[in-house]
Amino acid sequence: MTNILETRSLNKEFGAVIAAKDLNVQVAKGEVVGVIGSNGAGKTTFINMVTGYLKPTRGEILFNGKSILGHSPRAITRAGMARSFQVAQLFPEMNVLDNLLVALAAAESPRPSFLSPLRSDARIARAEEILAEFGVEHYRDSLVTAVPQGARKLVDIAMALIGNPQMLLLDEPTSGVSMDEKTGLMDTVMNAVRQHGVTVLFVEHDMDVVERYVSRVLAFYSGEIIADGKPAAVLADEQVRDLVTGHRPTQKKGNGAS
Amino acid sequence: MRFDKTEISLALVAIACVLFGFISPGWLIFLLTIALAKALVVQGVVMQMRSGLVSFGQGLFYCIGGYTVGMGGQFFGIHDAIAALALGMAVAIVVAMILGLLLTRYRDIFFAMLSLAFSMILFGILVKSQGLGSTDGFNVHNWTLFGWAPETGADSQQTVFTMTIAAGLLIAILIHRYTKAGIGVICEAVRENEVRVEYLGLSPRWLLYGNYVAAAAVSALGGGLTALATGHVDPEMAYWTTSGEFIFIALLGGLGHVAAPFIAAIVFSVVRTYSIEFVPNTWQMILGFTLLGVIVFLPKGLWSLVSREKSGERT
Ligand SMILES: Nc1ncnc2c1ncn2[C@@H]1O[C@H](COP(=O)(O)OP(=O)(O)OP(=O)(O)O)[C@@H](O)[C@H]1O
Ligand SMILES: [Mg+2]
Repeated sequence: MTNILETRSLNKEFGAVIAAKDLNVQVAKGEVVGVIGSNGAGKTTFINMVTGYLKPTRGEILFNGKSILGHSPRAITRAGMARSFQVAQLFPEMNVLDNLLVALAAAESPRPSFLSPLRSDARIARAEEILAEFGVEHYRDSLVTAVPQGARKLVDIAMALIGNPQMLLLDEPTSGVSMDEKTGLMDTVMNAVRQHGVTVLFVEHDMDVVERYVSRVLAFYSGEIIADGKPAAVLADEQVRDLVTGHRPTQKKGNGAS
Repeated sequence: MRFDKTEISLALVAIACVLFGFISPGWLIFLLTIALAKALVVQGVVMQMRSGLVSFGQGLFYCIGGYTVGMGGQFFGIHDAIAALALGMAVAIVVAMILGLLLTRYRDIFFAMLSLAFSMILFGILVKSQGLGSTDGFNVHNWTLFGWAPETGADSQQTVFTMTIAAGLLIAILIHRYTKAGIGVICEAVRENEVRVEYLGLSPRWLLYGNYVAAAAVSALGGGLTALATGHVDPEMAYWTTSGEFIFIALLGGLGHVAAPFIAAIVFSVVRTYSIEFVPNTWQMILGFTLLGVIVFLPKGLWSLVSREKSGERT
């Protein structure tokens, strides 16, 4: 079986900072991969490179066996790789429904219509289904700025899934969400993802969340992957315990700006 | 084709305006024609403001629209008003398609200043063009409408007024739909979060490009109608103060409704006419205080006086 995502000696330097060093990552179709690593380990940089937001200094990125190096984020999105953001990226002055309607229209065509209304009954009905699927239907008419962090994250992920991606990259889906909401949020997301048969890679600081959902873990440390394998093995790895997880529990608090 | 409440209201107001034209004095018709024609230019500014861009050079397309109508009659034997207006829009579209390639790479103040630069370049070219009357410009006359030549004076004034209302109505309905259509809403989305738009698989740049070109066409129509109404064009049309006036009217009206630029343009013209007449030499001061008042008390423009829209609700 071919890998859906493969990177070959991917490097990224920001001046003297090495944010990615010889990253060789292979993700098979249908896998759920967790990415762990302390602050500044290069997790977001990895996602940014793979989705075309940052250009790697060196290396190659293959999606479904084809190079996507140098492609724009929108081309990569259209090719079937979607992402969510560490800080939810929404349209803050629009309500939640409109956010989804924009995503639905975008998924239908790269050239939006000049005259036919965005808010069609069919799209609204579809958006309402999605809101219900993600359990955020009561925020339908709320402005994004009035919606709590957790629900914003869900809307962000819902928008990423609207385009029916083959692969979804989630950058800290549970950051900024209270401890007791985390599993609820992840259950919702993973249910939606399973229904769509999407390959998932997600960055997470909470090891309980990681163990609960993933089939494989990549541990990042200062731009390098120091362990790759089954969760139990990686989390038991001495280097990982030293450099990444430390003395459990090591949950990162707050938002984790990036 | 189905028309919604706004569109029917716009049509009724337009019909009322045309009828009003038959009983109102010439000077008022003239004032309204110019105000409404300029409002079309302002619609172009507003379209771009919705997408987050402030064009400080919309006078470029106003001028292109006006000069094309004038030159069409003068040099190319295009006397039919509709054909000349359409040609003005076509020229504006072509120019916008070229300039847009560069302009849509820029945002914020850079976009504003670059758009200003292009309009000042046109101003400079026109000032140097002896054949086009240099700073004096030239007269626009002898136009016809479907082969009929209205007499200069009241007759032609009335005709341009009616044409402006008709054009205004058509454009208002189109913009009303455009604003609610995919491109209109997604242009607002670009203003709010370009990164997200990109990650939905769309190109913010090409969206802004399409919007820029559409706005140019609308503004050129306003310029063409102004040329027909005043019977004259001059390089001042591309001067930066003219573009500033369009921004002023756009802010005065606000982005809340497609009718706002029309109302604001009329208010602007009336205030200017009366202040020049009754309190001469204070016009700029009045302008300043009006802008101050609008920004402080009505940040969403005059339209917020009309709309009962609560914050968070969208129509
Ligand atoms: N645009 C940039 N310019 C300069 N340095 C950057 C840039 N983006 C990231 N870095 C640096 O690269 C390193 C990796 O950053 P990255 O954001 O990928 O970390 P992360 O693993 O996502 O951390 P966190 O858990 O805090 O989100 C950091 O040292 C960071 O300071
Ligand atoms: Mg990060």
